[in-house]
Amino acid sequence: MVDLWSGFSQAFWLVVTFDPELAEIAFRSLRVTLSALLVASVIALPLAALLAVKRFRWRRWIIAILNALMGLPPVVVGLVVYVVLSRSGPLGVLGLLFTPTAMIVAQTIIIVPLIASVAHQSLRELWAEYHDLLISMNVTQWQKIRTLLWDSRRALLTASLAGFGRAIGEVGAIMIVGGNIDHATRVLTTAIALETGKGDFGLALALGFVLIGIAVVVNLSIHWLSRTERGDRW
Amino acid sequence: MSRLLPLAVEGAVGRRRSRTIVGPVDLRIEGAGITVVIGPNGAGKTSLLSLLHGTERLAAGRIDWACPLEDARHAQAFVFQRPVMLRRTVAENIAYPLQIRGVARKEAQARAADWARRVGLGEVLNRYAPVLSGGEQQKLALARALIIEPDVLFLDEPCASLDGRAMREIEEILLAARDRGTRLVMSTHNMGQARRLADEVLFLLQGRIHESGPASTFFTAPDTPQARAFLKGDIVE
Repeated sequence: MVDLWSGFSQAFWLVVTFDPELAEIAFRSLRVTLSALLVASVIALPLAALLAVKRFRWRRWIIAILNALMGLPPVVVGLVVYVVLSRSGPLGVLGLLFTPTAMIVAQTIIIVPLIASVAHQSLRELWAEYHDLLISMNVTQWQKIRTLLWDSRRALLTASLAGFGRAIGEVGAIMIVGGNIDHATRVLTTAIALETGKGDFGLALALGFVLIGIAVVVNLSIHWLSRTERGDRW
Repeated sequence: MSRLLPLAVEGAVGRRRSRTIVGPVDLRIEGAGITVVIGPNGAGKTSLLSLLHGTERLAAGRIDWACPLEDARHAQAFVFQRPVMLRRTVAENIAYPLQIRGVARKEAQARAADWARRVGLGEVLNRYAPVLSGGEQQKLALARALIIEPDVLFLDEPCASLDGRAMREIEEILLAARDRGTRLVMSTHNMGQARRLADEVLFLLQGRIHESGPASTFFTAPDTPQARAFLKGDIVE
């Protein structure tokens, strides 16, 4: 209990004094995860819409594989990205290993299947509802996708936020590809792992509370910005 | 008058899993007016309309419009028995067909507002469409179909499960559309409505056109015993 309390108070002081080191780490966490979220959404949402709208041979397989990959172990993703980006790997010349870019790549791979699967569920339902109308109106494939994405934007937001949640709390992959280098690739989760290993439970807890706080604030502000849970729309 | 008509149908057949649900049908639609398709449940009314509209696959036969198929597809509209509401406002729903045709946003909005007023939805432009009542939804569907000023409009029992007042309002909209030169092809179960609106009647039985002709003669002196029985209100199978 003493540790928990000291964690609270330390977190409190770190935040109110706007500790520069904490700010740097927290900011990097946000930057990496939001970038990964953006890239993953741009890939996953149109993919989900395409899977809902278009009938092609491998469609069922892709959906099944995406569903299976929702539980992709981050450590394995980290390992694969590490091997690919390492000096002797196929993309080694890019020199990306142990950079925030590598971390963004790893997190993107982890959350694309999650976002695509969750988004596909709701897009499929909407498509069942719209199918007759849009076929009758003779709209193009691209217009179908745009209409579905726009009209289910709230459900897609939820899908993206699920991806954000998975990415911001993820430690296995970014520890491997980022290396937890101070002032370069250290983020909240890797810092927590490090401080816990060192036995500094107070600081580790403080970082943990900050992490939870960030996740809550980001979720709330996105909901507020998109005006969900308000008025007669739900 | 219309680029699409005459429509010539020869031996058209619609199948679902190798079961013939409509056809073979021979049919010619031309000129102005309203064609009403009547017949018992399962006679293939909906399938025939979708076949003509092009959303049901043609298993055999031909359906020829007077213009290339691609143009024909864009100059017709379909109103469903249960209207499909896009999860948008009334105005955005009505403007949608213009939007996908690339009409400028301002103009599309103005025309949608105009059409909403014509069908009596002027007061609810910014309401969320899925929360409208059944009658309002059907009127929205009509406005959304008519905003492209189609040459041909198909309607599949547009007044099913609506009360008298909503039905009257919708019939007024349909008659106004006919007077503007839109050719209407609609199915209905309501014989009163069929008598009020029809210029031409197609009586469907077991997937085939059992009898057809101008409304005046069909309703007063039908040729076949089945049509006579159906008009009298007997159960025809």
